[in-house]
Amino acid sequence: MRELSLNVLDVAQNSVAADAKNIEIEALLDTAKKTLLLGIYDDGKGMTPEQVTAVRDPFYTTRTTRKVGLGVPLFKMAAEMTGGTLEIESAVGVGTKVKALFHTDHVDFVPLGDMANTIVTLAAMNESIRFLYRYRVDDREFVFDTQQIKEILGDVPMNDPSIMNWMTAYIKENSQAITEVQ
Amino acid sequence: MKSLEELMALRDAAKAKMTTRDDSTAVTRVVVGMATCGIAAGARPVMNKFTEEIEKRNLTNVTVAQTGCIGMCQYEPIVEVTEPGKEKVTYVLMTPEKATKVVVDHLVNGNPVVEYTVGALKK
Repeated sequence: MRELSLNVLDVAQNSVAADAKNIEIEALLDTAKKTLLLGIYDDGKGMTPEQVTAVRDPFYTTRTTRKVGLGVPLFKMAAEMTGGTLEIESAVGVGTKVKALFHTDHVDFVPLGDMANTIVTLAAMNESIRFLYRYRVDDREFVFDTQQIKEILGDVPMNDPSIMNWMTAYIKENSQAITEVQ
Repeated sequence: MKSLEELMALRDAAKAKMTTRDDSTAVTRVVVGMATCGIAAGARPVMNKFTEEIEKRNLTNVTVAQTGCIGMCQYEPIVEVTEPGKEKVTYVLMTPEKATKVVVDHLVNGNPVVEYTVGALKK
């Protein structure tokens, strides 16, 4: 993956597949500690302890088209390459939390990339799921909640191209605003 | 800075568009493969290009959706275009540039871009 936002898109698809109703995505930057925490939290069907262990293994997958699944292993690799970690917490019937810590000053740190795009792709393609995106740089925070967008839109679908383009620009501008403050 | 008021205006415009749309059976579907393989191969910028071009050209009878892995990972990004009453066209190894051409030739003018389809791949 060329940017971490693509890993997030990929791992969040697992939450969609787990029938989550609510998916929370966090990108928390700490400029003093030089760390980035990426979290994907869902209230989907969850995993058994055996599955939690197995999911880190590229040769584990629930799908039936072939015998490899690379979403979580690639995310784990991206974190560990920077000296970071990947944690998975899950309980059947409760949901799953995937949390990856990155050291942003490490030479192998892959840039976060276009998170706005990841969030909008997820939200527009899975209208029935509520997505909450939290982006934080030190103590400055931007929150994007599809609940709020849906209230405004009413029966206009979120995957209308003009709405998708607006949401992308909205997230991008607001994220940039809190990134660039000195 | 983008504001929520702007979103309200877009909503009203989209609503007006929806009422002018002919019956729902006439909708063309553009489906982009978005599993690990598709994403790693660059499916997201391809999908963006489709939504951008569709908005720019005001194509009200086209929807964009995503799907999982269909088992031809080496040919990702894969995009399927289904026009009502016609056979599905499968485009392979897509790029944003190719997406623009597909929008213009296929979605606007009704001529599939044969050289980008799975059928045109060398055996």
